[in-house]
Amino acid sequence: MAFDQLSDRLQMALRRMTGKARLTEKDIEEMMREVRLSLLEADVNFKVVKSFTKSVKEQALNEKIFKGLNPSQQVVKIVHEELKALLGGDTSEFAIKTSGKTTVMLTGLQGSGKTTTAGKLASYMRKKHAKKPLLVALDVYRPAAIEQLVTLGKQLDIEVFERGTDVKPEMIAKEALAYANEHPFDFIIFDTAGRLHIDETMMDEIQRIKETIHPDEILLVLDAMTGQDAVSVAEHFHSSLGVSGSIITKLDGDTRGGAALSLRQVTQVPIKFMGLGEKLDDFDVFHPERMASRILGMGDMLTLIDKVTENVDEDDMMNMMEKMMSGKYNYNDFLKQMKMIRRMGSLGGLMKMIPGMGKLTKNANIDDKQLVYIEALIQSMTHKERRNPELLKRSSSRRRRIAQGSGQRVSDVNKLIDNLEQQTQMFKRMSKMDPNQIDPKNPMKNIQQQAPRKQKKGKGKNRGGFRF
Amino acid sequence: MEESGDIMGFIKKLFQSKQQKQTAQKYRIGMEKTRNSVFSQLDTLLQSNVKIDEDLFEEIEEVFIMADMGVDVVLSFVNYLRDTVKLKNIKNANDLREIIVEEMFKRYVNEAIVDTNLDVDHTLSVLLFVGVNGVGKTTTIGKVAHLLKLSGKRVMMVAGDTFRAGAINQLRIWSERVDCAFFEKPAGSDPSSVMFDAIQYAKAHDIDVLLCDTAGRLQNKTNLMKELEKIHRVIKREIEDAPHETLLVLDATTGQNGLNQAKIFNEVTQLSGVVLTKLDGTAKGGIALAVKETLNIPVKLVGLGEGLEDLEYFDIEEYIYGLFADIV
Repeated sequence: MAFDQLSDRLQMALRRMTGKARLTEKDIEEMMREVRLSLLEADVNFKVVKSFTKSVKEQALNEKIFKGLNPSQQVVKIVHEELKALLGGDTSEFAIKTSGKTTVMLTGLQGSGKTTTAGKLASYMRKKHAKKPLLVALDVYRPAAIEQLVTLGKQLDIEVFERGTDVKPEMIAKEALAYANEHPFDFIIFDTAGRLHIDETMMDEIQRIKETIHPDEILLVLDAMTGQDAVSVAEHFHSSLGVSGSIITKLDGDTRGGAALSLRQVTQVPIKFMGLGEKLDDFDVFHPERMASRILGMGDMLTLIDKVTENVDEDDMMNMMEKMMSGKYNYNDFLKQMKMIRRMGSLGGLMKMIPGMGKLTKNANIDDKQLVYIEALIQSMTHKERRNPELLKRSSSRRRRIAQGSGQRVSDVNKLIDNLEQQTQMFKRMSKMDPNQIDPKNPMKNIQQQAPRKQKKGKGKNRGGFRF
Repeated sequence: MEESGDIMGFIKKLFQSKQQKQTAQKYRIGMEKTRNSVFSQLDTLLQSNVKIDEDLFEEIEEVFIMADMGVDVVLSFVNYLRDTVKLKNIKNANDLREIIVEEMFKRYVNEAIVDTNLDVDHTLSVLLFVGVNGVGKTTTIGKVAHLLKLSGKRVMMVAGDTFRAGAINQLRIWSERVDCAFFEKPAGSDPSSVMFDAIQYAKAHDIDVLLCDTAGRLQNKTNLMKELEKIHRVIKREIEDAPHETLLVLDATTGQNGLNQAKIFNEVTQLSGVVLTKLDGTAKGGIALAVKETLNIPVKLVGLGEGLEDLEYFDIEEYIYGLFADIV
């Protein structure tokens, strides 16, 4: 897929129209074709896409938006706004009762991630809302499903209520409620078996479970990778259970997650949480804004900004920036920067949030472990060497010593030296750049293209150097 | 066509010649929802719209998109239809049906013999099952074990998912249902070492086929993909031409991401085929066609339910004709 991002697509479409003072209705229609394809590639249901492009088109026509502004950016903005509105406007969290018990029933297809989500939700409620959760294992069908929940409970130190596989789920639910009444639990999560939305027997069963529990929330758990079928799944579950919200899982993958939009459109219920990884705290409140960017392939700048501000001291950051820009960048700074990145979480995940970097990460082998190796290398240097990178460049015996000290090869040391060199070069360029020239949609664009990867100068188009 | 001594080939032959009605019947039932929901739509479309124009093409496009066939594949397919209509001067929308079915078949088969048989006739055959989380790898292994056992193989399951809570026991329960051998190491063990030990054990105990489970992993997790690469490498080191099959288990509900999954898993483990699961739902699994067309990895098996028997060899003819039964 050549044009992953909507903004790229639109720019391509617009290239054919350059020179025009204004865009006609036909131009907008052509752009809507690109919007349509982009959304379809993101797995948004085609019916949803249809109504969506129609409404965006009307807006684009009505609002006189093209005056003196980059039209493609304007369209992207409208699309983004509209998408955000459809996904639920502002962040919507849980209606948690301040007193008494909150009961939550999870439901969904097989393999959507209900059991893992049950554990994550329990842990989240305990951490963020000081709840005392109880997990109830109602999946008596899938082999070892109960054991899975029990193991999660053990890892989290959260109690799991189970009655084995021989008792009917609605009976277990009933007993669990009685048990919860006698003990000080105030947040009860029922993990049900995965079922097909068209399996009548199983859908009857979950209705009976619902009648028994009368849950405060019925949450539909949906895999972010779901394709067009998301609509049918959501329709069926919603019409037979009346779900109150949903949870999108496996968003740590590289799927664009258009299913979220389909789901939201069909059920009209808010998406409340999202699952973001295998670890039990990889779980967060759903953010429509971020999801909108993701569906458009625009990266997840907001999450990145959040992560950065949460974990990095602003002064530290400023100091670092100054150092970088001045060109006096050494191994101490390098190490510090590494540590900052480490604090922010998985490097691969982080890179993906930066617009335009999504594609890059697919090729670049980014490995969190490499940070450890680099750290070892730098720690094997003397303080003098760390402050003055030139020393290493000049002396092969120093390089050998460091390789031995860190248990790595000399070639690894050389790689690190190159790396630092490249970074210094990059920062020099950055500092020379006119801030107005930086594309706000894709701040890394120029830097990426120009990053000197051992450039062969004097050949072909990319002769190196920065054109201004 | 098939070698006669091979029971698997025999079963396959039966299926292909459509004498084993029960099999075909089940397949049909599984596909029925798919057929009804989408392709009857195509039927109505091609009847009511006599005029062949851009709107019609767009609607055909949507029907295929609806089946998750992959945007690129659909676009190129519909472009082909446009050209053919022009070239052959087709005026009646009804004539489009046959062209659609024929071209789909041609594209899938791609001038080669698509072999859905599993390569299980070595002294010790190793089958490796890979895929993202929650697609049904463990369940599929249960069904494949049952299938192979019926054909007289001595099968052993290998619990290679040492990560997810309960995964080992889940597989063990399947091995009890199937009544076959089972190999495990404690949860948290290095999966490659599990494979290594399992192969040594199998060699010593006269096992014919090893079915190796792996933990579900999203294809963009570099470390987990490296782990898988190592598993693959270790198996290869122990038995030169193994794994004899590396099967990507793909959930039929998966959208466009399925193509990404196939691409990256293929880079790491050289896939020999796809198992398309959960086809008993309303999802069409069309992304598997995109996987075949883009990467030339065929679908070998389809999962049609939660029972031991709910697994069939994939038959493209059956699949397409199943989809289009109403219109041809």
